[in-house]
Amino acid sequence: MIALDNIHKSYVTGNNSLHVLKGIGLEIKGGEFVSIMGPSGSGKSTLLNILGMLDNYDEGSYYLAGNLIRNMSEKRAAQLRNELVGFVFQSFNLISFKNALENVALPLYYKGVSRKKRNLMAMEYLERLGLKEWAGHMPNELSGGQKQRVAIARALISKPKVILADEPTGALDSHTSYEVMELLREINREGITLIIVTHEHDIAAMTSKIIRLKDGMIHEIIHNGNLQEFRYRYTKQLETV
Amino acid sequence: MFDIDKWQEILSTIRKNKMRTFLTGFSVAWGIFMLMILLGSGNGLSRGVEQNFMHDAVNAMWIWTGRTSIPYKGMQQNRQVQFTNEDFTLVKNQSGVGAISGRYFMGGNHLSYGKEHGDYTIITCHPDLKEVEQLMMLQGRFINQVDILHDRKSIILGKDIYAALFKEEDPIGKYIKVNNVPFKVVGICEEPGSSRNRNAYIPVTTAQRVFNGSNRLHNLALTLNGSTLEESQAIEQRIREALARKHVFDPKDENAIGMFNKLEAYLQTMKVFQAIKIFIWIIGVGTLIAGIVGVSNIMLIVVKERTKEIGIRKAIGASPSSVIGLILLESILITTIAGYIGLVLGTGLMEGVNFLVERSYEASAATNGGNGETIFRNPTVDLNIALASTALLIVAGAIAGYIPAQRAARIKPIEALRDE
Repeated sequence: MIALDNIHKSYVTGNNSLHVLKGIGLEIKGGEFVSIMGPSGSGKSTLLNILGMLDNYDEGSYYLAGNLIRNMSEKRAAQLRNELVGFVFQSFNLISFKNALENVALPLYYKGVSRKKRNLMAMEYLERLGLKEWAGHMPNELSGGQKQRVAIARALISKPKVILADEPTGALDSHTSYEVMELLREINREGITLIIVTHEHDIAAMTSKIIRLKDGMIHEIIHNGNLQEFRYRYTKQLETV
Repeated sequence: MFDIDKWQEILSTIRKNKMRTFLTGFSVAWGIFMLMILLGSGNGLSRGVEQNFMHDAVNAMWIWTGRTSIPYKGMQQNRQVQFTNEDFTLVKNQSGVGAISGRYFMGGNHLSYGKEHGDYTIITCHPDLKEVEQLMMLQGRFINQVDILHDRKSIILGKDIYAALFKEEDPIGKYIKVNNVPFKVVGICEEPGSSRNRNAYIPVTTAQRVFNGSNRLHNLALTLNGSTLEESQAIEQRIREALARKHVFDPKDENAIGMFNKLEAYLQTMKVFQAIKIFIWIIGVGTLIAGIVGVSNIMLIVVKERTKEIGIRKAIGASPSSVIGLILLESILITTIAGYIGLVLGTGLMEGVNFLVERSYEASAATNGGNGETIFRNPTVDLNIALASTALLIVAGAIAGYIPAQRAARIKPIEALRDE
């Protein structure tokens, strides 16, 4: 599904160049539930942005569902994003002057689905996420968890192959965080590849594969089987703290 | 091209951002509104003055006699110049002279009819005076060539005189006494644009014969066939030289004969109004530019404010062109509607003013016997100018929206999303 080879990325601000990603090679198969971890500045958000075609890279190659993502026009990138990728952000990023239903329906607008049909579909997805009676509410009338569920519905409605989530639980309390994670796991079980960036170990532990970044490189990859050990190490880390 | 879904998306955005919409619209509507008022007032002012000038033929000219002020060909200065019928013929035969009438000033201006009598101005003239002064016949005829040839005692009364002496009686063919000499009334006239119609007209030859005029004339009224100022000045110069030769005075002597060329005065006044018009245009264009700057400013802020929204839209699959289209169509829609509102309000106000002006004109016309006075007529704007300036503002708004929209659409979604 996703194949990265030797990805480099630097940010140039004035005379300073910040080398953020220093040769990332990675393969994620369809249906995986992956979390990306790492200390701040390790390049995890940058990696996610490159995966989501929100940002471009300097060197290397990136294949998403068989498409080489490189030097493509904005229009093509937008089209691919619309077809293949759904986003969930830490700050929800709902459009403030649109109600929940309209926010969820928006990706279908860019797909060219008729208004009636997309509103029907949006309602269906809101119902699935238990937000049917909140459909007419504006984002500022919703709680954090509700907003994130609206955002997830929006990510799901275009039936993407991959959902990318940047700190999806970062702005939520732990109870709601677990609810949202449970939701994401359910989505993953339906066969959608899920990649989340998080710095919370307990959140990462709910995924099937953890990629740990350090200084722009992959430090270690912990697979499903080793998660038990990861949990153990994580609790030990907690104890020392 | 017409995509209902797109417009629904735009309309819902407009509905939910009322303040922003209002501000954009207001600056456009205000710009157009002010432009309409300014241009309308300018037009009204110049039309009013133009109309006041139209009372006499625009190309009319008057020549009167004076005393020489420069010694010339061995002749002393301070000689009185006296016109005679020969001068009338002389000037009449100059090329470029249209209608012409001589005038002899007779002493005494007493008119009486039955028991009614009064002092009025009696103008002695040729038939052409009707054309020079643009007199309008209300009844009967003006002086004709037969009156002149046979020295007939015919008289034409200004309508105020008629009203005072005859009341409602039919005047034509009645005899009225001019300084105790009976004259036959042949017509009633009025002078357009004048509030006093207290002149009576009699044939100049009759006056010369009856009131001891011999062949003397006091002044000449004529029209010039020159269409431009230069042409009419050339004719004026020819007349002056011909008269100077005949009366032996220096052609440069301004005091020997006086000349007043209406076209010159008219053109001068028109020049002043041209200047006022240009001034109003400058203010108008300034207002328009202020409107454009206002719209541009708001569009800039709008795009800035919507950066994050643009980022979200791009992240979920909006292409750059659809983002630009969304912002641009919204701005065009708002400016078009607002421009139209400004246009309607401005035009409406000026039409309202026009209505009041016309009413007060008619009121003053009623009291002055058909001739109102005003310096403000028809203060309306050419529809083409109005539409063109509205279009200009819309285009400016679109460009002002396009540049930042394009920039915003080019920003990587991730940067737009980071923008808090």
